[in-house]
Amino acid sequence: MIRRRSASRLRWKQPGGAVPRGTGSARGNRAGQEVGTDMGMGKRLSLIVKSKANKLLDKHEDPRETLDYSYEKQLQLLTQVRRGVADVATSRKRLEIQMQQLQASADKLQSQAQQAVAAGRDDLAREALTRRAAANTQLADLQNQHADLQAQEEKLTQASQRLQAKVDAFRTRKETIKATYTAAEAETKIGEAVSGISEEMGDVGLAMQRAQDKTQQMQARAGAVDELLASGALDDVTQGPGGGDDIQRELDSLSAGSDVELELAKLKGALPAGQEPAAIGAAESTPADESAPAEAPAAQPEEQS
Amino acid sequence: MIVRILSEGQFDVPDSALDELESLDVGVQQANEGGDQAAFTSALNQLLARVRDLGAPVSDDYIGPSDLVLPAGDMTLEEAADLMTEDGLIYG
Repeated sequence: MIRRRSASRLRWKQPGGAVPRGTGSARGNRAGQEVGTDMGMGKRLSLIVKSKANKLLDKHEDPRETLDYSYEKQLQLLTQVRRGVADVATSRKRLEIQMQQLQASADKLQSQAQQAVAAGRDDLAREALTRRAAANTQLADLQNQHADLQAQEEKLTQASQRLQAKVDAFRTRKETIKATYTAAEAETKIGEAVSGISEEMGDVGLAMQRAQDKTQQMQARAGAVDELLASGALDDVTQGPGGGDDIQRELDSLSAGSDVELELAKLKGALPAGQEPAAIGAAESTPADESAPAEAPAAQPEEQS
Repeated sequence: MIVRILSEGQFDVPDSALDELESLDVGVQQANEGGDQAAFTSALNQLLARVRDLGAPVSDDYIGPSDLVLPAGDMTLEEAADLMTEDGLIYG
């Protein structure tokens, strides 16, 4: 009841089918425009679908061969889709590595900015924060791409699983049709099965196309991020020559300098109040004074007597 | 009737739902004409949600063509334009 086809209601072009691609790739989505312009779009679309199925049917004298041919195409597409899923996953992983690199740069620049501020070097801090902002901008962009790519990957994976199930069902259907083959029934049954699976394959083909487009966009931008990272513009300031070095080198010398000052302050703090640091001998005698209270009472009687 | 949502699969939707889907389709069509991506996405997803709501996913062993093919919810106007006809998604 539900499976009745009302071709006139089909208002969308069929997605570019993978089956027809092999047999008549020139007939793409635009094929509808070749059909009479006075016809409703729905009718035009139904004609495209039918012509695709017919093309397949016409190709073989025995319609049963069409089933085998279509099945072969399905298996080919499945292989392609699985490869496509792997490609998208590879691209996603590359993005993840870049995101980690950018995050590490941003974190480092942040801590450098803090060090610089602590050292009273606002100029260095400003430079570090500027680079960190650039890293963060890139990072946000990559995060969006990553989410996008992940969504495509999931869809393609699901599409691939769905197609696998349909292909399995098609194989069974194919064998049933062949076993009960009568010429009269063949055209209807085979036509329905083939156009049904063609639509499924077209959908998967479209999902694959979209995932590939996203991957290509991402790869172009990933290349740009690689260049950016390599240029040192938002760099890991401890690596490479060029301006990137400056912040860390100055901070290192600043912190080395401040370490010396800190040690000095500690040493000074260790002196008792009022003690003159002028004479080394006096400084050495300080611990002796403190450690000799037991002797002092003994010495005092001598002085008093 | 069988409705396909691209990259999602087919749904078996009662014929009686067509009127409601058509009314939702008007919104999609208007957003499309206005070139308003946000409105398009929102209207399209309303339509798709209704299809999922009213329809039952078609079993994996069903192999047959769809009466309607709708774009995926995350498609841009540009992508959809390549698939859409001048009369909207649904013809009644």
